[in-house]
Amino acid sequence: MKNIQKILEERILVLDGAMGTMLQRHKFTEEDFRGERFKDWPIPVQGNNDLLSITQPEAIKEVHRLYFEAGADIIETNTFSGTTIAMADYQMEDLVYELNYQSAKIAKEVAEEFTKNEPDKPRFVAGSIGPTNRTASMSPDVNDPGYRAVTFDELRIAYKQQVEALVDGGSDILLVETIFDTLNAKAALFAIEEVKDERNIDVPIMISGTITDASGRTLSGQTAEAFLISVSHIPMLSVGFNCALGASQLTPHLEVLAKNANFGISAHPNAGLPNAFGEYDETPEQMASQIKEYMDKSLVNIIGGCCGTTPEHIRAIADLAKKYKPRVKLEAV
Amino acid sequence: MKTKTERKYLKLSGLEPMIVSADTNFINVGERTNVAGSRKFLRLVKEEKFDEALDIARHQVEGGAQVIDINMDDGLIDGKEAMVRFLNLIMAEPDIARVPIMIDSSKWDIIEAGLQVVQGKCVVNSISLKEGETEFMAHAKKIKRYGAAVIIMAFDEVGQADNYERRIEISKRSYDILVNKLNFPPEDIIFDLNIFPVATGMDEHRKNAIDFIEATRWVRSNLPHCSVSGGVSNVSFSFRGNNTVREAMHSVFLYHAIKAGMNMGIVNPAMLEVYDDIPKDLLEHVEDVILDRRDDATERLLDFAETVKGSKKEQVVDLSWREEPLQDRVTRALVKGIDQYIVEDIEEARQSVAKPIEVIEGHLMSGMNVVGDLFGSGKMFLPQVVKSARVMKKAVAYLLPFIEEEKRKNPQSSNGTDSAGKVLMATVKGDVHDIGKNIVSVVLGCNNYEIVDLGVMVPPEKIIQTAMDEQVDIIGLSGLITPSLDEMVHLAKEMERKNFNIPLLIGGATTSKAHTAVKIDPQYQNAVVHVNDASRAVTVVGDLLNKRSNQKYVGDLKEDYEKFREGFLKRTKKKEYLSIADARKNKYAIDWSSSQIIKPSTLGIHVIDSFDLRKLEAYIDWTPFFRSWDLHGKYPAILTDEIVGEQAKSLFEDAKDLLKRVFNEKLLGAKAIYGLFEANTVNDDDIEISSNDEVFYFRTLRQQLKKHAGKPNFALADFVAPKQSGIQDYMGCFCVTTGFGTKELAEAFEKDHDDYNSIMIKALADRLAEAFAEYLHEQVRKENWGYASKEHLTNEELIKESYKGIRPAPGYPACPDHLEKLTIWDVLKVNENIGVELTEGLAMWPAASVSGYYFANQEARYFGLGKIKEDQVRDFAERKNVDLEYAKKWLSPNLIE
Repeated sequence: MKNIQKILEERILVLDGAMGTMLQRHKFTEEDFRGERFKDWPIPVQGNNDLLSITQPEAIKEVHRLYFEAGADIIETNTFSGTTIAMADYQMEDLVYELNYQSAKIAKEVAEEFTKNEPDKPRFVAGSIGPTNRTASMSPDVNDPGYRAVTFDELRIAYKQQVEALVDGGSDILLVETIFDTLNAKAALFAIEEVKDERNIDVPIMISGTITDASGRTLSGQTAEAFLISVSHIPMLSVGFNCALGASQLTPHLEVLAKNANFGISAHPNAGLPNAFGEYDETPEQMASQIKEYMDKSLVNIIGGCCGTTPEHIRAIADLAKKYKPRVKLEAV
Repeated sequence: MKTKTERKYLKLSGLEPMIVSADTNFINVGERTNVAGSRKFLRLVKEEKFDEALDIARHQVEGGAQVIDINMDDGLIDGKEAMVRFLNLIMAEPDIARVPIMIDSSKWDIIEAGLQVVQGKCVVNSISLKEGETEFMAHAKKIKRYGAAVIIMAFDEVGQADNYERRIEISKRSYDILVNKLNFPPEDIIFDLNIFPVATGMDEHRKNAIDFIEATRWVRSNLPHCSVSGGVSNVSFSFRGNNTVREAMHSVFLYHAIKAGMNMGIVNPAMLEVYDDIPKDLLEHVEDVILDRRDDATERLLDFAETVKGSKKEQVVDLSWREEPLQDRVTRALVKGIDQYIVEDIEEARQSVAKPIEVIEGHLMSGMNVVGDLFGSGKMFLPQVVKSARVMKKAVAYLLPFIEEEKRKNPQSSNGTDSAGKVLMATVKGDVHDIGKNIVSVVLGCNNYEIVDLGVMVPPEKIIQTAMDEQVDIIGLSGLITPSLDEMVHLAKEMERKNFNIPLLIGGATTSKAHTAVKIDPQYQNAVVHVNDASRAVTVVGDLLNKRSNQKYVGDLKEDYEKFREGFLKRTKKKEYLSIADARKNKYAIDWSSSQIIKPSTLGIHVIDSFDLRKLEAYIDWTPFFRSWDLHGKYPAILTDEIVGEQAKSLFEDAKDLLKRVFNEKLLGAKAIYGLFEANTVNDDDIEISSNDEVFYFRTLRQQLKKHAGKPNFALADFVAPKQSGIQDYMGCFCVTTGFGTKELAEAFEKDHDDYNSIMIKALADRLAEAFAEYLHEQVRKENWGYASKEHLTNEELIKESYKGIRPAPGYPACPDHLEKLTIWDVLKVNENIGVELTEGLAMWPAASVSGYYFANQEARYFGLGKIKEDQVRDFAERKNVDLEYAKKWLSPNLIE
């Protein structure tokens, strides 16, 4: 299979869209989430989407297929919350390896189907590594600003477990995404480096932060450029932003990255901002018309969608991406 | 496109980037947060006075430090713990954390502990070849993995570099190992080439400064992309006690070292003279020493130093804001999160007000509102707001004893409890996000609210149960994910079902005022408030729980949300409307075969020409009366209301007096007319009535908003049996007035410049007219129609419309078209019979009049018509045989744009 770094220089790669939005269509019940295997689980598991890789694998594979059919080059594994830290909410810490392994495995199976049928367009699996639900550099207890609910080492160990399982399951890329606290991401990167080192392998890494609000900063308070600087110590396939904002709102922050990063640039924005009912109602055409600005300004190498995006959005984006050349990486900054 | 620049720059970051490029000026590293360099800092850390220790860090950043060096190496301190604690605290101080951190220790475990708690790109200070290559490489590799830059001391297995050659030898060797063996980014390497004292009197020290400067030149030209740093104050060590000389020495040393390529360093800005401001003679003596220009340079400077001793300058922190007015100071302290002076400012504020609580409600709230605005507009971000909350808390804590004291002295003026109120906070079922909720909790906690925090994924039953058990004053729900929105709606319904009467706060990233107004607010009678930032929460909760004004506030809120909802529904494209034909298909279907229909005992038109107003006194709904005087609150509670009670009471007494006069002197004339008729619905929406063999039609309007399955599209016609059912049904209409004489009385009062009573009489007449309508409706129900002869309702129950049947009035929600008044006037001959006229605008005159319909069916209910489509207007015009434009004009407020 062709080296992804090479392909990245030739064309804009397309990442998939939202998994959650697609799964919502199934309206899975608590029973569906549990399946036979977890029918006696002591606490509710509805909402634990990662678990569906085990209990509803066909539904997950179907989503992957739909995105590949829509033109995605890369799909993300269904592992956004696949760490012991995030799984603690469901008392499923012990399942972390299996969840990640299975998610990567089924994603890879689908990717291979498509690559086989269309060898000129190899499909890739990005192991999705979410932010967990704790922040390493912010205190959840405002009375005690020095307190931390999670330590770097706890995160590092949890991420390492996830990374190992994702790699074992066949992930081609590791995607550290939706980073709202850069220190969490640094722990993930540290873990990835450890795994690479111990196994003497190289895995391309994508990093994607989240600008959360009007201040143009991450939740932990960093500007886009400070964020970039804070994660640039690891060789990356790409750095970018996803979630929280729609495509247009993301543009200025992508421009900061594009101007300063000597990595590929990725973006997977939401389908606009959620409306009053928490729904994303930006149409594929609306979203693509904003993403066109990225392309016209030559800001991105990898483009996809986050919350609220569907295969139709990805199709519109993929059709657009075909017409453009990728951003050329800065060699030295 | 390959960029031409081959130069790589050192890039560091705190919350903000810091890039050391060729154009960057010298990077000033703050050194006061170093236990080895600052006795004060050491003492504060030892005594665990971290707040004050943070002030030192803040002052450095305010004073221009672009990086802050933090060192906890002291035998009496647990360095690792102190480092982690202090760094964690700094991370919560955005005005400090915006700059990069230099983690300074000679112990690797302290350095690593520091690297694990800082999100930005730090500088490690320092590692060296002192313990050999293996350890050097192991540490460097880790530093790279943690994503930090590193200071390399010019130190090796043999010892510290103390001359030009050794400096070059060690830096070259270190650089080669790092760059070639470890692939360490060369731009992330900073050399500390050892700044040693000069003018010590020892010959071997004479070249200390110049060797450093020259070695710097060599490193910057031979080791690409790296930086050079150093601790500047060392150079003047032998002149301790003579700051004038020391400051000059620092300036001179830096002037030359920077020219040679030193691009960062540890400098105390307070100990630095501006190079150009150094007196010529002093400059010459100092340069002789630094650059080793004369053999007797040291002695000459020593001699000269005696003459300039003691002209020490005071370092000045910019405290000019302390001169500003009190409120500005308080606001600034809150916005900047400075708690250093807050107690003295709050004390000053306390002395300026009558009750200490006013400082919270006034000074502090004003400040917090500024914080809220800045936060809302993206000019402050979360950690700053959290900091503001801390200052707030400190201020409140200071005030508490005074407030307690006030309560003891004046138990009447407070509710007697210690907390300002009890707030239940929860992230709803299915949602695990709680950062925002926690912040709101803390901010409220700071403001003396007792918080019952149920955590995340809280099932609605638990929220309800806890709220009841704990008797909370308010419930705050939070959620970040979409399904949480439905949970909130569900909870509001549950609260309504359980007859809760406390406000509900809604917050979280996906929530919105629109969703709150449209989906949640209508589910619940009490206030539902969307509060999406913590700093606002305090004001909102304060207003909601303020016993003196919360009724008005809640009323205003409900109104605001209703307006917002209407506006939203008007705008929203999502609203779907049915064609009038489809709406009719979905009409409210009464089962006429089983519906009880009672024939009025006396059909036809009845006039009440003179009526004793005294009978109406018991029927008066006083609440709107007070509202018309801008006193908000429910009667009779309003009479004892803490803030408006007295005013309400005196107003009420005046009203009663005037009312007595009205009764005794028969100042107002009351008349009424009503008719009860055989009626049937025809053609879906028209009601056909016959009166004295004449046939009239009331044209009703039908809701067209597309409803959820099972919800009908109402029209008033639905409450009368259709003609084709073969069942004879009935309806009525009426007009009452108590307005005759009002105008004359008002004018008489005005003539006496008694506007008070002029307004009073109008307000009373209005109330009497409403009471008359209520009274007449009751009479009709019980006697004239007689379908509810056994009804026994109190006035409160009447006000709550607990009776059977309805009396909707044209111009009100169920039948917003005023045009049908014309039909009522036609049917009842209102004008001829009782003299109430319709103005051109179809208002009744006298104003204190009420007209409407009577529907008796037990399923008849009030509803709001909402928006209608043009097809219905067209149909309405045709039915009524009026111009379309005319119909449109009258129905325009209800027509979809």
